[in-house]
Amino acid sequence: MIHDYNQLSAIQIDALKEIGNIGAGNAATALAQMVNAKIDMNVPRVSILPFADVPKLIGGADSHVVGIFFNVSGAAPASILFILPIDKALLLVDMLFARDIGETNIEDFGEMEMSAMMELGNILSATYLNSLSMFTQLNFTPSVPAIGIDMAGAIIDSVLAQFGEVADHVLLLETEFKKEKLDVVGYFFLLPELGSLATILSALGVNL
Amino acid sequence: MGKIIQVGMSDYKLAKAPDKLLTAGLGSCIGICLFDKSVRKGGLAHIMLPNSALAKNVANHAKFADTAIILLLEELEKMGCNRSRIQAKYAGGSQMFKFAGENNIMKIGPRNAEAVGEYLTKHRIRILSSDTGGNYGRTITFNPESGDLLVRTIGHGERII
Repeated sequence: MIHDYNQLSAIQIDALKEIGNIGAGNAATALAQMVNAKIDMNVPRVSILPFADVPKLIGGADSHVVGIFFNVSGAAPASILFILPIDKALLLVDMLFARDIGETNIEDFGEMEMSAMMELGNILSATYLNSLSMFTQLNFTPSVPAIGIDMAGAIIDSVLAQFGEVADHVLLLETEFKKEKLDVVGYFFLLPELGSLATILSALGVNL
Repeated sequence: MGKIIQVGMSDYKLAKAPDKLLTAGLGSCIGICLFDKSVRKGGLAHIMLPNSALAKNVANHAKFADTAIILLLEELEKMGCNRSRIQAKYAGGSQMFKFAGENNIMKIGPRNAEAVGEYLTKHRIRILSSDTGGNYGRTITFNPESGDLLVRTIGHGERII
């Protein structure tokens, strides 16, 4: 079992990047179909970070975001967190409901808009996990989505709390989805539990 | 004008007036401020979990309510605070996600709030005020000069406790 993420070798990190790449690529295609626009993505980053540094990735602990969270159960339990800056979430809602760009305001963000965001999260995570399953032959089952709209730090600490009992660092597989190359739409994080990482790596044939 | 000292997740910092302590984006976490107003010094810990007893990795004392309170008390005494005059304020411990169905990890906020209250009482520290619960995040700024704790939120107002 890997107790310290810093023990990961370059080849293991590459393997994680590769599955992240394909998973996120399929998820980006699903997202593009939903919103009927071109969605790009970057090559995933694999980072091992102290908890305190995670909010910095998405614009600081104070920034206003929408977070959609899933517990992933199965042979290798994990969490998925999809985070969008609030203005990008509003933009996506405009696209999903075929509204004019800029029509939806934060005050309009009601049950229907939240439900649309959760559905979007459902499709992204299911697509992502499908690719992960194909590569590893492991089963991944996402929970129903949970949504939070608030400060980035507040959303993230609630998710990281469940890792806090075993670690001070977290492994993030992070992908940015972008619309028309410029706008960062959202950040997709896969956070494997400590023991899960060994299971995933060994299924990929790059165990320690 | 003093400086504003930032405190990250699972971390703690100490300050003397006119400096202030800030921690941003508390969700289920809690910001615990302990201070001795007579010397205008205080500490702020951003704790993540209620107690260290069940944890496998307890190296970071600022991460747990029980160990963070002991840590702050020790550090404040080293700074010249009088143990009997140390008082407390705290904020955070919300439940950020709307979940269909029950999920234990999502209840960590209320568990944190309860634990902080319990451990402070156990150490006989007077709790002057607290602002916990709800389903929204908090950014807090502590002023050791006045003992004021400013709580800012998105859409749920701003208050000094």
